[in-house]
Amino acid sequence: MKKMFKLSLIMLLAFSVVLAGCGKKKEETGATGSEPAGDAKSSIKVGLVTDVGGVNDKSFNESAWEALDALKKDKGIEAQYLQSKSKEDYVTNLNKYVKGKYDLTWGIGFDLGQDMKTVADQNPDAHLAIIDATVDSPNVRSITFAENEGAFLVGVVAGKMTKTGKVGFVGGSEIPVIKRFEAGFKAGVKAANPNVEVKINYTGAFDKPDQGKAAAATMYNDGVDIIFHASGATGTGVFNEAIARNKAGGSKVWVIGVDKDQSLEFGDDVTLTSMVKGVTTAVDKVTREVIDGQFKGGSEVLGLKENGVGLADTSSKNVPADVLKAVDEFKEKIISGEIKVPEE
Amino acid sequence: MMSKLFKIFSVNSLLVPLVAVVMGLIVGAIIMLIGGYDPLLAYGSLFKTVFGNVYDFGETIREITPLIMTGLAVAFAFRAGLFNIGAEGQYIVGMTAATAVGIKLSGLPIVVHALVAIIAGGLAGGIWAGITGYLKAKRGVNEVIISIMLNWTALYFSNYIVRNFLLEKGQQRSEEIKDTASISIGWLSTAFDNARMHWGTIIAILAAVFFFIYMWKSKQGYELRAVGHNGHAAQYAGMSVKKNIVKAMFISGVFAGLGGAFQVLGVFHYQAIFTGSPGIGFDGIAVALIGLNHPFGILLSASLFGILTYGSAGMSFGAEVPPEIIRIVIGSIIFFIAAQGIVRWVLKPFYLKRKKEKVL
Repeated sequence: MKKMFKLSLIMLLAFSVVLAGCGKKKEETGATGSEPAGDAKSSIKVGLVTDVGGVNDKSFNESAWEALDALKKDKGIEAQYLQSKSKEDYVTNLNKYVKGKYDLTWGIGFDLGQDMKTVADQNPDAHLAIIDATVDSPNVRSITFAENEGAFLVGVVAGKMTKTGKVGFVGGSEIPVIKRFEAGFKAGVKAANPNVEVKINYTGAFDKPDQGKAAAATMYNDGVDIIFHASGATGTGVFNEAIARNKAGGSKVWVIGVDKDQSLEFGDDVTLTSMVKGVTTAVDKVTREVIDGQFKGGSEVLGLKENGVGLADTSSKNVPADVLKAVDEFKEKIISGEIKVPEE
Repeated sequence: MMSKLFKIFSVNSLLVPLVAVVMGLIVGAIIMLIGGYDPLLAYGSLFKTVFGNVYDFGETIREITPLIMTGLAVAFAFRAGLFNIGAEGQYIVGMTAATAVGIKLSGLPIVVHALVAIIAGGLAGGIWAGITGYLKAKRGVNEVIISIMLNWTALYFSNYIVRNFLLEKGQQRSEEIKDTASISIGWLSTAFDNARMHWGTIIAILAAVFFFIYMWKSKQGYELRAVGHNGHAAQYAGMSVKKNIVKAMFISGVFAGLGGAFQVLGVFHYQAIFTGSPGIGFDGIAVALIGLNHPFGILLSASLFGILTYGSAGMSFGAEVPPEIIRIVIGSIIFFIAAQGIVRWVLKPFYLKRKKEKVL
């Protein structure tokens, strides 16, 4: 028995030595870490909290992080992200940056709205910004997009280019943001060709590629040849299904990407076009304002007019010129207010 | 009682999990080194996150609370010879029942409303687990299979309820529960710098004490353990095996259901529509294993698990270790605890020496 006590004592000792070592090490790196930041052009710290999709969702979390990553190199700001594993993490992750006295804390996604409100009200001195949700607090900058307008344009492309007369829409959860995608897409398809049928499927998740794949398979089997997805990482499954079908031969199927130019990720063989959301631009813009010491609360909606949404630049690879011309005409009409795109 | 307590915390039973934790941390460190991250900095950040300030410490306690409940749930069934893998589903229905009562019932005074909501959550969890127990007792269906299937049933059933009866317009979640149903402790939250503190934590500790007294100090607990050790012998001794199976599952489910109720009434104050299983119930299996299926062991192991889970955010915050690697670290700790044979093998030289000592 004595030996056992001795052993555990030794282990406890070893453990505390390890711990002590940690403390020392951290101080050292802390000191060296602050030096280059001092030399750089800007010394502000920006944190970003993703929703459960994670930072590699090939969608809007990734777009947002790209902006900060670029600013890190460009302006020398200190930028970091925290991925949320579950909804419990939103408050604590936001608080990590807020209590860590970061100059700006980003929350990416509609899901974080409620928790950001809580954190913002508890810390009136903190500066926060959110994408895709409107938070009514003076110290939060809310940025939402008129997804319906962008979705309308890809709807026009789909309506004009479908050969089977059936197109599909795969959504994540049925939340207002995604409803705007659906409404715009449907209106766009009908505007281009009233005879085209639009099939709708909500998978209920933004992080389940297997469900995206299943939803896409059902639609393609039903004779759909173009699917527009607005489902974050779930959409990876939609692309994989389309790629597999095109490889196996059979009739050609397409996917319309979302949030960023997804042809760069999945290839031009399968990506007809993408509805690009200016998340990167918006994050860049607001962060630069903070760098210049000009943080403003309040909310704004970025639509076609503000260049907040639109078609990907690479669209001309697969979309013929006459279709793109029609898209441009519709775009002008929306900007001038001649066409009002429904929101739901 | 004291001698029992002493035995639990004595070096012998504590040693294996402790060594397992250290071995897990070492393996995690090696993996981080391979990945090019500084393990010392990472572990330092982990502990700094948890113990660094009151807010994070409070949130760690918040993280630990439901793990205690689901850990107790799994362990309780284990003691009666049942593997309750359905704590996840019982946790979910507990949440939903508490949400429904918290929103729909009105006009009750503060404490009463909260109590009713908590009891509703516990009962819902108990009944959900009771289904498994009943089918096992009456039809001899394997409880693992039923309870796994019921997890999914619970998930989609809860989503259905929230979506159709409790939904806040335009959101993917229910309305907020009434203030009278809240079990948050305002002054304690203020003391902990707005961390989400609630009465559930105290009830969870009481639940562990109840577990201990019921299981080892009461006749009913004796019967449950007898059934768990050897059903045939228990039956021969005149105990009703079937009744005990249903009872064990019911109480086990109550624990998990309460865990869910605390989460709604104390932390969120609403229920989100799940896109996937929350995973607390599955973590409860690991917690029960690490805690050697003993209520006080579970208090410790839930704390360990909660610290690792909550601290992992600190690892990516302080040392920029990606979450995937953190999961490997947590996984390896669980691995060594579950695979106690390896730990005992490492400790064998010491054990042998001790035996010699005894002979002398």
